[in-house]
Amino acid sequence: MDSVIVDIKNLKREFKIGEETVKALNDVSFTIKTGEFITIMGSSGSGKTTLLNILGCLEKPTQGQYLLDGTDVSKLSKNELARLRNKKLGFVFQSYNLLARTSAIENVELPLLYNNEFSASERKEKAIKALEAVKLKDRMYHLPSQLSGGQQQRVAIARALINDPVMILADEATGNLDSRTSYEIMELIQELNDVHGKTIVFVTHEPDIALFSKRTITLKDGKILKDAINTNIGNAKAVLEKLPAPEEFSTTTA
Amino acid sequence: MRLSNLLRIAWRAIIRNKMRTLLTMLGIIIGVAAVIAMTAIGQGSKQSIEGQIKTMGSNMIMIVPLSNVQGGVRLDNSSVQSLDENDITALQKQPVYINAVSPVVSVKGQVINGANNWSTTIQGVYPDFLFIRSWPLKDGVAFTNRDVKSAAKVCLVGLTVIANLFPDGEDVIGKSIRFKNIPFKIIGVLSKKGDNSFGQDQDDMILTPVTTVQKRILATTYYQYIYASAIDEKSTDSASAEVEQVLRKSHRLTASNENDFTVRTQAQLVSMLTSTSSILTILLTVIAGISLVVGGIGIMNIMYVSVTERTKEIGLRMSLGARGRDILMQFLIEAILISITGGLIGIIIGITSTKAVTLFLHWPTAVSESSVLLSFLVCFITGVFFGYYPALKASKLDPIEALRYE
Ligand SMILES: Nc1ncnc2c1ncn2[C@@H]1O[C@H](COP(=O)(O)OP(=O)(O)OP(=O)(O)O)[C@@H](O)[C@H]1O
Ligand SMILES: [Mg+2]
Repeated sequence: MDSVIVDIKNLKREFKIGEETVKALNDVSFTIKTGEFITIMGSSGSGKTTLLNILGCLEKPTQGQYLLDGTDVSKLSKNELARLRNKKLGFVFQSYNLLARTSAIENVELPLLYNNEFSASERKEKAIKALEAVKLKDRMYHLPSQLSGGQQQRVAIARALINDPVMILADEATGNLDSRTSYEIMELIQELNDVHGKTIVFVTHEPDIALFSKRTITLKDGKILKDAINTNIGNAKAVLEKLPAPEEFSTTTA
Repeated sequence: MRLSNLLRIAWRAIIRNKMRTLLTMLGIIIGVAAVIAMTAIGQGSKQSIEGQIKTMGSNMIMIVPLSNVQGGVRLDNSSVQSLDENDITALQKQPVYINAVSPVVSVKGQVINGANNWSTTIQGVYPDFLFIRSWPLKDGVAFTNRDVKSAAKVCLVGLTVIANLFPDGEDVIGKSIRFKNIPFKIIGVLSKKGDNSFGQDQDDMILTPVTTVQKRILATTYYQYIYASAIDEKSTDSASAEVEQVLRKSHRLTASNENDFTVRTQAQLVSMLTSTSSILTILLTVIAGISLVVGGIGIMNIMYVSVTERTKEIGLRMSLGARGRDILMQFLIEAILISITGGLIGIIIGITSTKAVTLFLHWPTAVSESSVLLSFLVCFITGVFFGYYPALKASKLDPIEALRYE
């Protein structure tokens, strides 16, 4: 499993605000192989989110080439990009971005609403499976307001999983969570990577989170500062077990 | 995206803001209810006018002398002297489309029976008058052409007159009543006719031979009107043309002279009377239409608010694979759903209030299917028209910017 899924060459992204030009990404090149788990690190304003948005086909680079699964993304229309996101990508956001007053299962179903290949019953079936994968099947009909932050993020991960994406993109997915809950999310992400073979790109600025990934790309002022393979990958499950168990907290370990 | 999914998304958005949606719908509801009720009332009054005029005898033709201006003085009907016996004779000579003719000369005054008196109208007519007006007798017999020749002092009396002159309800046939000191023998009682379309009581009336009024009361040789009847309903226009032609000849009018009389058929009378009510209907419908437009603007406004409020949701949907078109449809269908639901509620309220008007005010009404269908269609179009721009705005959002929106 080492086919190249992402191939980026000399990527530039500039924002013009009045007279000034901000170079959010300045000549970035790298490749991602199927099954990799990459964290993108860097200080605030270094261009992490911008890079992730480009990887997620939500934004177009000003210059440079981006091949996703062999397709030149710059040649695709808006609608084709939407279709690509719908079928091949999964997003997890820092602020969860669940639809308010909408049950967990319906939030999870959302991507499939935009895919005519699935009937209502298939949609529901897949949503239940995805919620099972994040161990929230028993909270299926809860509203986001009735779920904890960690649970909401797990619903968001289930939503990112439902369309069987080739790559999951997460932007500071643990940014709003305490460290225990963050480890729980990381355990889930590691499982998706190890067991289900999902390619994962995970933006974070917490070094202890980056430890769980297989490779870390560090950005600085829109350039790649460091691109290193982790030799000593942490195991989120093991870390969790070592933490003193707080009362009235049901662990997510199966 | 499937329509069922779109409908579901739109429906949820609507019920999530029940109160706001209801207030938004209000303009549409009022507009549609008003259109339905207005057209139902207009249609109902038109139908009832038509029905009333039918009771006057549907084949009836009325000939009225033209109130021509003489020396700057506009003369009233009774002093216009252009219709007389020659015209009747001419009309009766070789009729093609006419089967009955009767002159009318009327005079107002006090009728007396002993201690009771009553102010009413005496109309001098031919026996055929009853046929032309399809007005059967309730009791007794009609006077004859011989009575006309001899200017007999006999009369047929309407029910209102009887009620006032004979309050005890006794048999009136053979009794005598006095009008201007002339005794008239009652030989028949007219059946009940009710109010005419002008609201006049048609039973407040006494009929006598035309010559009796002309010679014994007014001392005139002219008529106020001539009534004729066409052989059937289809021939009223031909009959009217025939009357015009005959009278022009008998009045010796040359091609350059204008008619000194007017001929009116029932159809013309109907359109004359209903035209005011249709103008009113049109006016009210226009007002109702304006309130529909205002309602539509309300929808547009709320849809803009909704798009702004849900910018983040739109960004999320787009990042998950919704195309601009899907977002456009989502908001468009929401707008259409609001306007159509409002329309349906309006239709229900319109029909109910129409029924209430009939029940409590006893106004005639007729809800037309076309008005219901039309309002529904207009609601749909309102939704599309006023929902389109907000929906377009939503569909044009940039996913990243929308997601970042706070
Ligand atoms: N839409 C935009 N318009 C203008 N400038 C932008 C825009 N988006 C990002 N930038 C600029 O690009 C640079 C990189 O921003 P980016 O959001 O990628 O940083 P980041 O690494 O994700 O930072 P953080 O850790 O704070 O989230 C910043 O200097 C930012 O001001
Ligand atoms: Mg960021």
